[in-house]
Amino acid sequence: MEVPTSSQSQERMQEYWRKNITLIAVLLGIWALVSYVLGILLVRGMNTFEIGQLPAGFWFAQQGSIYVFVVLIFVYANRMDKLDKEYDVHE
Amino acid sequence: MSLSPTEIWTYVLVILSFGGYLYIGYANRVRDTKGFYVAGQGIPPIANGAATAADWMSAASFISMAGMISFMGYDGAVYLMGWTGGYVLLALLLAPYLRKFGKYTVPDFVGDRYYSHVARTVAAICAIFVSFTYVAGQMRGVGIVFSRYLKVDITVGVIIGMAIVAFFAIIGGMKGITWTQVAQYCVLICAYLIPAFFLSTRLTDNVWPVPQLAFTFSDLAPRLDALQVDLGLKEYILPFTGKSMIDVLCITIALMVGTAGLPHVIVRFYTVPSVRSARYSAGWALVFIGLLYTTAPAIAVIAKYNLLTTLTGAARQELTQEQIAAIREGDAAQIASMGLGEKTVKAIQEGERTWYFSPNPISAEQLRQNNRWIPAWETPKLLVIGSDKGLGEDGQVYPQSELVGGTQQPVAWLGKDGKPTDVRPTWMRDGGVTIAPGDAFRVKDDRLKPNPESQNEVYIDNDIIVLSTPEVAKLPPFIVGLVAAGGLAAALSTASGLLLVISSSFSHDIFYRLIKPDASEQQRLLVGRVVILLAVIIAGLLGIFPPAFVAQVVAYAFGLAASSFFPIIILGIFDKRTNNYGAIAGMSVGLIFTIAYILGAKTFGMPLWFFGVSAEGIGTLGAILNFIVAFIVSHLTPPPPKEIQDLVESVRVPRGAGTASAH
Repeated sequence: MEVPTSSQSQERMQEYWRKNITLIAVLLGIWALVSYVLGILLVRGMNTFEIGQLPAGFWFAQQGSIYVFVVLIFVYANRMDKLDKEYDVHE
Repeated sequence: MSLSPTEIWTYVLVILSFGGYLYIGYANRVRDTKGFYVAGQGIPPIANGAATAADWMSAASFISMAGMISFMGYDGAVYLMGWTGGYVLLALLLAPYLRKFGKYTVPDFVGDRYYSHVARTVAAICAIFVSFTYVAGQMRGVGIVFSRYLKVDITVGVIIGMAIVAFFAIIGGMKGITWTQVAQYCVLICAYLIPAFFLSTRLTDNVWPVPQLAFTFSDLAPRLDALQVDLGLKEYILPFTGKSMIDVLCITIALMVGTAGLPHVIVRFYTVPSVRSARYSAGWALVFIGLLYTTAPAIAVIAKYNLLTTLTGAARQELTQEQIAAIREGDAAQIASMGLGEKTVKAIQEGERTWYFSPNPISAEQLRQNNRWIPAWETPKLLVIGSDKGLGEDGQVYPQSELVGGTQQPVAWLGKDGKPTDVRPTWMRDGGVTIAPGDAFRVKDDRLKPNPESQNEVYIDNDIIVLSTPEVAKLPPFIVGLVAAGGLAAALSTASGLLLVISSSFSHDIFYRLIKPDASEQQRLLVGRVVILLAVIIAGLLGIFPPAFVAQVVAYAFGLAASSFFPIIILGIFDKRTNNYGAIAGMSVGLIFTIAYILGAKTFGMPLWFFGVSAEGIGTLGAILNFIVAFIVSHLTPPPPKEIQDLVESVRVPRGAGTASAH
């Protein structure tokens, strides 16, 4: 197996970091959307829809956002497992 | 002295759980600083998640939060989202990198990354201040639970709590604390969920036993919303009834960012074996926290509905076709005879409802007789039912206690000028207890005096929502005792985590890193233990004699964590260019601005000049200022040295996390 040169491995590291940042940006976008946008800024408009028996904006603010938060963390942990292996930086 | 079944169960459950904590603390005693500060980095992710959850959920989360939500309605979402959303920031932006960095404390990272003893010292002092503010409230919580359930003096309660925490924190350090917290999580979550299941089952006629499903799929919340409207209170579901949109937004952001910056939360992620387990551990923590936080809004709705219907005797009543027709035509006499408010009339006219809550007045004496829990909670002034108030001919509301002469029959009334008058007021006496907007009482000389400016006759403390729920719902005494044990578990677990941060900030960051770098392992361990003991004593004193700032814990702890730690840790990981000057300038500006605004708003009556944002939300602006100042100053000054840039490179990749080292 060819040993990567120092500049090659540095490039790989930068690519790894860029992919990590992109993933973080996407997930934090969803995080801000469900809490700040759907739960607060657009809550009046969202309340014209219903989830179960509750207005949707109210539901996102008091229930839905928390469920989404949990999912986001596990998605991140899982994706990073794969990314770490792909770039051979896993523990 | 004879004990009621409730008291017997409370004693049994409290003693059993305390015995368990002491045993676990003893079984996990430690002999080195690594075990003492970061539990030897051997905690599995799920266990660390449970410990983080117990560490995180304080007496306030357990006892007060559902109550606060039930009085804030929609606006209570600031706590629900604010105290959970920060874990996403932790998992994505902080925990993995700080674990890779692999030292013992938050000031460790700040001091090393910014190669500055000034930054390290500012961070350590900040960590100590934030933790003391927070821990005093926990010790107070322990005292309050003891005094309410076991009729023990608050001071005695605080001392018992201090002794228990001191024991397992001193001998067990972080390792003992962590495993005790795992046990405490189990106690507190059972104590929270079991009554919630019973209540959901009962209020949804056995359809939805799971509180989260009952909240979403049954009509619990809309029903409470209608009840509040019919009683003349504000809507429950409608947003921004108490706070403006920008205030709700800022408080939510400040609580999220503050959560991610709180040292006792961050340090939990130093205790896991790897970077990967730090990420999963944050996820597990939020699962365990979310169990309580998604149940809380259901309890808030159920408990308030129970309480309001019990006190007012209000019952749902279908309207007849004739009544609906009359109301639609705006028949004033019909509307007045049914006592319908403007909003109720509108809902019926618009066809949203064909029913209303008709009041069924019950006198205060009758209520106390029918509900044995009412007098019990009146003694500690958590629930106070007043005597009738009436409307005077001058349109003012008068409390019965202002009756001159003090007899039951009105002899003379206090007039507008404060002098007795013979004019007989037009009474609104309905014989029942009235619930209306505004404060029922005012505190004067430590006594509650009826407030003549509101028709409200009931004072309800936030805390009673969770504490009284099992009794209001007539659940068995076993569950009442379980709630007491759960409240204690929540307070003790948070207190122990905070005490460890205080100890490590002082004994590691200040004593070892600044004062005596050649201290031996044995000396450092001894100092750590002595500082915990001192911290427990100070925390206990703060709990017995609470200073004013303890009541503002949300503003201070979260505001300061958000405006000091969070921005410079993030920049330290994600921007190699940020240097010592930037970090120190950013932290100082963020801290000074936030402290000044909170002090001004809470203590000196300063107008809320930043778009009306309250003290709880100003940490958001403090954090933004910190980011901007740190960024600008860093770019105007020389970049950090090569070895610091290499350090940043190395925390970004998981491999080689290995073990924490103090050298």
